[in-house]
Parts: sequence; structure tokens; C-alpha cells
Amino acid sequence: MKRILQINGRNYALDLPAKTTLLAAIRDYIGLVGTKEGCGTGECGACTVLMDQQPVNACLMLAAQAEGKDILTIEGLSQDGNLDPIQQAFIDTGAVQCGYCIPGMIMTGKGLLLTNPHPSIAQIKEAIAGNLCRCTGYYQIVAAIAKASQAR
Amino acid sequence: MKDFQLFSPTELEEALDLLTRHCGQMRILAGGTDLLIRMRDGQVQPETVLDLTRISALHFLRQDSNAIEIGPLITHTEVLCSPLLNQETPLLVQACRTIGGWQIRNRGTIGGNLCNASPAGDAVPPLYVLAAECTLASRRGRRVLPIQAFFHGPGQTVLAPDELLVGIQFPSPQPTPLQFFEKIGQRKALAISKVNMAFLGWTDQEGRFQKVRIALGAVAPTVVRAVRTEDYLVGKRPTADVIQAASDMIETEVQPIGDIRSTEQYRREVSGELLRLGLAKCQKEEHG
Repeated sequence: MKRILQINGRNYALDLPAKTTLLAAIRDYIGLVGTKEGCGTGECGACTVLMDQQPVNACLMLAAQAEGKDILTIEGLSQDGNLDPIQQAFIDTGAVQCGYCIPGMIMTGKGLLLTNPHPSIAQIKEAIAGNLCRCTGYYQIVAAIAKASQAR
Repeated sequence: MKDFQLFSPTELEEALDLLTRHCGQMRILAGGTDLLIRMRDGQVQPETVLDLTRISALHFLRQDSNAIEIGPLITHTEVLCSPLLNQETPLLVQACRTIGGWQIRNRGTIGGNLCNASPAGDAVPPLYVLAAECTLASRRGRRVLPIQAFFHGPGQTVLAPDELLVGIQFPSPQPTPLQFFEKIGQRKALAISKVNMAFLGWTDQEGRFQKVRIALGAVAPTVVRAVRTEDYLVGKRPTADVIQAASDMIETEVQPIGDIRSTEQYRREVSGELLRLGLAKCQKEEHG
């Protein structure tokens, strides 16, 4: 069935089977592969995107449920070739090891800063509780989000 | 995942028509945080799926005179952010805060938590002690059930194949009583409860309990009330001795099983400990 998805400010008209998850639509049909699949069951947060500015697991939604919503993926963060302050903060803080969890971490962090521009360390930790990093580099990730909150 | 036919009505009547027409063949989808996992691994392979998320008549939160009404599509995040629920029912807010991670709370709904009927569902014990009622609707009409009558057993509710949960309502618990929700899981976030507990206790001028309701999850096939322990607490002040005796009593009152998440003995001891912990915290808040 034809679905129209608004991703990173652009409309995509796609012919999708009903079972298509939002994650599959983003990766397999649109080809934006920055959003990762980890567990596929909502435990790891690697597939986090923002829907109407709220972080959601793209693996646990049907693409059809995202119709009419504003979806932001990691590819939509930079503007005119300039990194978003949170992306720059992850680089500056050395928060990336293998990198697989990072798009999800950044999108959750971005969602947090959109709702709460100056979060405490405890609030940052609570926000990213649904994002797993198996390199266990949480310390730098928390530091990066805190740094990004000061950048604006 | 096997493909299916998807219906996304915007009107409740349309949804009820669809359920009647596809009686028994249709799976109901809201936040998707449970159903899509089970469809992905093939446990559930529906021919048709009814997506409720576009039905605005199921998405409301309001206070009418003394009753609070929650629409089944209200998400856990919306519970956390509600000034009304923070004021009136902090225990429900505490429970929803412990569910999943942020992403799950943004999608998972109160109605879904009830309809999945997991014995460990975290929103359920608070609704038990709040004496919530569930409104079910079908083409045949509406019926209202006390929450304990909504559940049959693990994963089973009394919803008929053509019925939808359309509202959850409970009396506002004023004057503000002692209340708490406590939970033990493998870790703080994203953990299914080994034991969870909701407590609501009204006290008199002297601080004696006049009425007490305690509900526990994951210690029986459905959420259960600890009636014996409730009765024991009535007429007593929550002194250290009383709390100790009540905790000992609840350990013998619950009838948990051992399973993949913990042993029977562990669940008993944790039940007592959660009561002790919750009451101690309430005392501390009261006396600053």
C-alpha cells in the first residue's frame, strides 16, 4: 500500500507491505542506514529516531503508524554540512568507540535536549537508560550530552 | 514477519465494526511494544491487525467531579507528565516511570499494559489499589468491570473477541493518603518486575490507618491484593514494630511461583522488603 512518510523534512511516497516497520522503511526502502538495528525487540535503542521530537524505537512501530508524523533520523541532524552541536560534542568528548549504538544515543540525547535544554547528569542517565552500549563507554556518552547542553 | 491486512480507523464505531466483522481473527495494535515483538518471532501471526492509534476518542485524560478517567491510548510518558496524576496518584506515576526505557514509555500505553495481562505489568497494581474500573465496548453495548474482574490469568482478559477496552476510571483518592509503588527487577530500566507492589493507605488524625489497600504483581497468575496484611494494618500506626510485623505477614500471605526471573522464596522475602521499604520512605517524607 502507498504510504507517505516525512523523514528529515522530506516526503517519501513508498509502496510498503503492511508489516513494514518504520526501521525497515527508513533503512531498506529509503536507504538511510545511519539508524541501526540491534536487538529488534526494543531493548537496545540502536534504532532510536525522533517522532514529533520524541524518541521512539523504530523497530517497534509499523511504518503506517508514522504516517503524518515528523520523523528525524541521524542523517537529518546536520544543517548545510555543519554538524549539530550534539554530534560535535560526541566527537570532542571521544564518546564513540565501535559506534554502533551512537546514532541511537545521539537521537535520544537530542530528544532530551529538545524537551529539557539543561538536564542534570541524573536526567541524562535516565534518558539513555533504553540505549545500550556494549563497549560500555557510558561515561563519555553522558559527558558528551552534558557538553552539548552547554553549547547553546 | 508474515504480512497481514492493516486497518487504521479514526472512529471508535468503525473499529468496533471491524472487530465484529473479523471476529476472533484480528489482533489489536496500540503502542506495539509487546505485539510487534511477538509477531516478529512468529509467536503471533494474525491475518488482520487493527491499529488503534488514530482513534482520538481513546486518547484522553480527565477529571469529572471526583473521578479520574484515563483513555487506553494514554502513554506511560503522558502519565508521567500529567500534573493531575502527579498530584492525585503519585503511585501510578512512579509505576509508569519504571516501565521500559524512555522510547518504550513514549509508545507503550496504559490500555496495552492492561490488555497484555502480564502478571508483572507495572501499571496494574496501582490501578488495583485505586479501585479502578474498566469500560469495555462492543457493537453489543458497553459494560463496566472492576479491574480484578478484567483479568482471567497470565495473558488472559475477559475481553470478548469483538470487544475493546475504551476507558479506565477510578475515584480520586483524596484526602491524599499514604501511597507508593515499589518494584524489584534485574536492573532499573527495561526490566520485567520480579515483584512489584502498590500501596494506598488512609490515616486518621492520630496517624492510624483507617483503610489500607495493597496489591502485588508477579507473585500470582494475576495481580493480587494482600487482604490479611491490609486488615492487620487497619487501626495501627506505622511504627517500626508494626511495619516489621506487616512485612513478615505479607511474606507468608503471598503465594508466588519460582520461574526464570526468581525463586519462590526470593519473591516472598522481596514482598516483605518492598512493604518495609515503601512504608519507611513514606514515614521519612512525612516527618521530613
